[in-house]
Amino acid sequence: MKPFAYARPGDVAEAVRDVAAEPRAVFLAGGTNLVDHLRLGVARPDLVVDVRTLTSREVTDLPDGGLRLGAASTNSQVAADPRVRERWPVLAQALLAGATGQLRNMATTGGNPLQRTRCVYFQDVTTPCNKREPGSGCSAVGGYTRYHAVLGTPGALPDANAPETCIATHPSDMAVALAALDAQVQVLGPAGERTVPFPELHRLPGDDPSRDTVLEHGELITAIDLPALPVGTRSAYRKVRDRASYAFALVSVAAVVTPDGELRLALGGVAHKPWRATRAEEVLRGQQLTEDAVRAAIAAELAAAQPQPGIDSGNGFKIPLVARTVLATVRGLLPEEQS
Amino acid sequence: MTDLLEPRAIGQDLVRRDGELKVRGTATYAYETPVEHPAYAHPVQATIARGRVTAMDTAAAEALDGVLAVLTPFNAERLASTEDAEYAVLQGQDVGFRGQLIGVVVAETSELAREVADGITVRYEEQPHDAELSADRPDLYAPEQVNAGHETDTAEGDVAAAMAAAEMTLERTYSTAMYHNNPLEPHATTALWEPAGDGFLTLWDSTQGVHPDRAAVCQVFGLEQEQVRVVCPYVGGGFGSKGLPHANVMLTALAARALPGRPVKLALTRQQMFFLAGYRTPTIQRMQLAADSRGRLSAIAIDVVEQTSKVKEFAEQTGVPTRMMYASPNRRSTHRLAALDVPIPSWMRAPGECPGMFGPEVAMDELAEELGIDPIELRVRNEPEVDPETGKPWSSRNLVRCLREGAERFGWSGPRAHRDGDWLVGTGVASSVYPTMRQATSTANLRYEDGRYVAEIGAADLGTGAWTILPQITADALGVDVADVDVRIGDTRYPVASVAGGSSGTNTWGSALVVAAREFRTKFGADPRDGDEASGDVDQAGQDDTHAPYAFGAQFVEARVNADTGEVRVPRLLGVFGVGRVINPRTARSQLIGGMTMGLSMALHENSAWDPRVGQVANHDLAEYHITVNADVGEVEAHWIDEHDPYVNAMGSKGIGEIGIVGTAAAVVNAVHAATGVRVRHLPVTLDKLLTALP
Ligand SMILES: Cc1cc2nc3c(=O)[nH]c(=O)nc-3n(C[C@H](O)[C@H](O)[C@H](O)COP(=O)(O)OP(=O)(O)OC[C@H]3O[C@@H](n4cnc5c(N)ncnc54)[C@H](O)[C@@H]3O)c2cc1C
Ligand code: SF4
Repeated sequence: MKPFAYARPGDVAEAVRDVAAEPRAVFLAGGTNLVDHLRLGVARPDLVVDVRTLTSREVTDLPDGGLRLGAASTNSQVAADPRVRERWPVLAQALLAGATGQLRNMATTGGNPLQRTRCVYFQDVTTPCNKREPGSGCSAVGGYTRYHAVLGTPGALPDANAPETCIATHPSDMAVALAALDAQVQVLGPAGERTVPFPELHRLPGDDPSRDTVLEHGELITAIDLPALPVGTRSAYRKVRDRASYAFALVSVAAVVTPDGELRLALGGVAHKPWRATRAEEVLRGQQLTEDAVRAAIAAELAAAQPQPGIDSGNGFKIPLVARTVLATVRGLLPEEQS
Repeated sequence: MTDLLEPRAIGQDLVRRDGELKVRGTATYAYETPVEHPAYAHPVQATIARGRVTAMDTAAAEALDGVLAVLTPFNAERLASTEDAEYAVLQGQDVGFRGQLIGVVVAETSELAREVADGITVRYEEQPHDAELSADRPDLYAPEQVNAGHETDTAEGDVAAAMAAAEMTLERTYSTAMYHNNPLEPHATTALWEPAGDGFLTLWDSTQGVHPDRAAVCQVFGLEQEQVRVVCPYVGGGFGSKGLPHANVMLTALAARALPGRPVKLALTRQQMFFLAGYRTPTIQRMQLAADSRGRLSAIAIDVVEQTSKVKEFAEQTGVPTRMMYASPNRRSTHRLAALDVPIPSWMRAPGECPGMFGPEVAMDELAEELGIDPIELRVRNEPEVDPETGKPWSSRNLVRCLREGAERFGWSGPRAHRDGDWLVGTGVASSVYPTMRQATSTANLRYEDGRYVAEIGAADLGTGAWTILPQITADALGVDVADVDVRIGDTRYPVASVAGGSSGTNTWGSALVVAAREFRTKFGADPRDGDEASGDVDQAGQDDTHAPYAFGAQFVEARVNADTGEVRVPRLLGVFGVGRVINPRTARSQLIGGMTMGLSMALHENSAWDPRVGQVANHDLAEYHITVNADVGEVEAHWIDEHDPYVNAMGSKGIGEIGIVGTAAAVVNAVHAATGVRVRHLPVTLDKLLTALP
């Protein structure tokens, strides 16, 4: 572990100033991801600024019926909150599907969406990785791709040596639910406050795979807001994984169905960011939400999907798996007579 | 024929003697040994899979405050013996696999040692590596022998002719994945050389055998046995990976030698264990079965392809159980190896039997299906009267009883498949087997001390229960209350003991204890005085060579496959075993259900995803290398039949540490097949292999 300075400033404004002033500074919340990376040498900061006691731990009602999750509220706490369980069950389910009880007790609302990819090459400093070491190449192409992307990738077999190549997925379950819920991210930065719609928080690799999100250096998440949903909205999260617990998603589905039959759909384990299935939503708009319609919509969403070859037959299985999982999840949300 | 001890303490459900210490966290493990002013070591590992280290830039590291020593192939002392290439650490510049040890940093803190080790710049002359196993490699070779001294190939009769003539034949290829033992406690050592003079070395090492550990270290460093003490009272699991020391032990001793008088600690990280602590080779098994329409086998053959490291050969005896499991006039087994630029494979729980009962037990299920015969009945019809390999009678063989009793308990009769809502449900069965072994060396010492009987033997308890059951055996051999017996183990100060491996510990150490106890009674009668002492060797215990000693078992599985996603759940595992006399039901059950759970893990989850381009296991940590977790384990039941075997040893015990993992994976595959119609012949059974066949 590279030695670093540790700071616990007096308030969030100071924390933002400290990090903004030091190019190799990072925020620390629950530490369940960052501390691993410090040990592995994946993160090598000079300064670690602990914000866990500075941001809010509260979960508070918003005037319009929404809910504000303070950045330091824990994953366990949010998952157990009766308001979340009743009105945003997709979020409670997503949280409970992640990690383990011990980890969820530490993990925070601010830290969870900002956890880094679980790409095994990213986590191993002895192998080239554009995300960890820009320009070094991407070891995942043609390698262990089971947990890698099928959507938002440049092609069937991207150029492993190109500096922009990255086929990693974003591993957070919580983030998939937040993307489906159109949550709003409250950010405090050196230039002041701003709000980022959750589906726009994460980005595709573009020409810089080292950046997971649109946040600038020094920008701090202070809270995440859940907008109110129409009364009678149903939602669910379904995570498919290689073992029953304590495993990242192969694919996951967050689905929200409003009383007038509108479907909001986000997918996990398939792309560099939580994948809001806008194409599928588009196809379904104004249509009756039947199994056939959903099947057609998800087929449209997956039309551009690219299987990645690799060890143990690669990840092509994700494409049918996504379709099947979406269908099963939405089926569970339809009124009896429709399914 | 041996007179079995009359069981009084034996058979009692006694709690673990070391349980309280472990629960309280006061049992000390190798790395935690309280020593004064320890220094910490961290290895440097090769980041190429083949080539030569041409330079290592250590100057900056050495100059750092707090760094005590930096050893590399360029400055490390020469070892007395480099005969075992695994142990020849830092003795040359050649790199034979990625992750190989090429240096070590010793520092005042473990954090500093790690940071400095990771920061050393290494220059290599890299050569292309060859690290991909396949069954059609032209360079496959037959090793001289396979693990545990078994013959590489065996043949009787004419399998080809029987295949050509048979009413029914089955030819299939199965494969098992690469697996890493992954005990909870990492491989860890504290080493201390006495300052100058007698060159005495003390090792607190996490090992399955203090004496074998010491022997290896003595050879490598050219020391006499009296110059080395190995201490290991508690082990946080080994599963074979601590059966023999690995290179990390030699590296720690080497590092400590640079700082005489200062204890040096080294614990492998979880990631490093995927390179340095051994693993189970992937296996490819081509099976052939020939049978008549009633299911009587006329041929059974297995041809195995597996890998070893070019650095050191290890040949898993995968084909061995096929040789004796079922009756058939025509039999063949072969082993072929690919020597690759890969880490060195080694023992993992039930080497040979565990992977080697996968192909055959799935093949038997496939044959039963083809013939329309119940798979239990098929096995019963092929029950050999004597050991097909040696012609010797069985010491006891209760496979059929295990199958029948298991069927009864499990509720086997009736349809093997049904649908329950979103779940496709199926059941499966497979047989288990494990040879009953006893090692040639072990001595026990017995002394009467302050009104108590104290037995000493350098045995190991890896969590298996030796601390608890050795007193039970000793008590019955002496005819005293178990509460009056203390047993001391885990230290080379005590008489020599064999490795805790091959499920032989209880059989071996127990036999020595029985001899010592009888010797003690002969010498001192029933009324000994303080200080009276006797010892016994296992080779003085009666040995029967006229029977074939094996433990058998049957495992039953209920599998559920999600009709939407292909996710597999196993709510029920049930095993019935014939393992001789059970010394302690509590520790025995723990071993059996532990083995079965590990077998479930092998069936559904474990898979060291080998990246041949890089030359390493891609998923080399416990977040990504999946081991079955609690949520995956439903009901696991282990039962045993009342088995009286007078031929194995005075306890009548057969060994229970390994048989539980044998056959489980096949039973799972067979159950998943019943549920879905998909026969997964290549482990693990992951959902992607089932998806296309789902409704
Ligand atoms: C073995 C294991 C299994 C896991 N399984 C799952 C799983 O199945 N599903 C899942 O979703 N997750 C899983 N996780 C990940 C876990 O959910 C995350 O590690 C956790 O949510 C991160 O939250 P944290 O508060 O600990 O973040 P930290 O580790 O403290 O920080 C993570 C990142 O966020 C930044 N950060 C933290 N807070 C803020 C803030 N307020 N503003 C700006 N930046 C900030 C940090 O600088 C850092 O880069 C697993 C983790 C482990 C170790
Ligand atoms: S997929 Fe992305 S994270 Fe993984 S090795 Fe390639 S660049 Fe790195």
